[in-house]
Amino acid sequence: MSLDLPGFAEPVGAAQATFRAVLDAMARPGRIRAAGAALRPPAPLDRATAALLLTLADADTPLWLTADCDLARDWIAFHCGAPFAADPARAAYAVAIGLPDLASFDAGSDDAPERSATLIVQVRGFDAGQMLHLAGPGLRAPATLSVDGLPPDFPESWARNHGLYPRGIDLILCAGAALVALPRSLAVERG
Amino acid sequence: MQVEATIAARQNWMSVLARAPADALIRCLEDAPGLPSHARLRGPESGLIMVRGRTGGGGAPFNLGEMTVTRCTVRAGGRIGHAYVAGRDAAKTELAARLDAALQDPALHAALHRAVIAPLSGIEADRRTADARRAAATKVEFFTMATMRT
Repeated sequence: MSLDLPGFAEPVGAAQATFRAVLDAMARPGRIRAAGAALRPPAPLDRATAALLLTLADADTPLWLTADCDLARDWIAFHCGAPFAADPARAAYAVAIGLPDLASFDAGSDDAPERSATLIVQVRGFDAGQMLHLAGPGLRAPATLSVDGLPPDFPESWARNHGLYPRGIDLILCAGAALVALPRSLAVERG
Repeated sequence: MQVEATIAARQNWMSVLARAPADALIRCLEDAPGLPSHARLRGPESGLIMVRGRTGGGGAPFNLGEMTVTRCTVRAGGRIGHAYVAGRDAAKTELAARLDAALQDPALHAALHRAVIAPLSGIEADRRTADARRAAATKVEFFTMATMRT
């Protein structure tokens, strides 16, 4: 049972450090940040994914998981206390291994675009794989990012999400103890 | 039925451990078999919980007030022990969680129950009787109200 594993050894400091890492990652899209290096998360969660959940998810944020994350359900319920949403459209945070359909999540409304879902996607790594060109707020000059583990048609599905701006979901990619944020304001093109 | 009985027994010892005075708990452990080594899963950490009551008999829930509670979860000998204790005594809460884990072990249960839970529930029962006696001394019988109702 996955409940056998501890959360942050020092919850306050570690959660603040992770929050700072996400904040920086969102402000500088495409830049790789470290999170959860000291964590021992349950399979199949990566350290950065687990650190994000411990930092962001709580009783007020319905969580949606892909079926392959089921093994970690007990651990998340115990350490985060977050309710699980059966319907992805009702989730505040979603965790997936590989990219789910971006259109199935809540993109917020024009009145309250900040209510949209944040999607945490686990990928294989950031040093190989598909090359993406990034441009938008937070980037002085267009940047590049390689992501191993996103589908080949990611730039097209992201363009649909980016087109909804100011609505749209925000994406955080995690691999090992590293994370990269792709906020909805970012334009992504195939490299 | 078996599961319900096990749950009731565990609820009972968790409640006894949560209410026991810290010094009595430590004294009882001196005569008890050693507890298995443990790893902390969460806490001990203190926080506030909202205590809710009901207004009147069938009334809506009512926030009575906040209460300081310390909680701890440990893993010891492959078993998971929890403790929620009023106040901010982290050491006692961790001890209660370790005991909760150890009491689930059939090999340790009988000895620990005899050395710790039995005497502590005795202390708790005595305290309740003393409280009840003190309260009973000030009891007022409302004869008129009882007769008016019939």
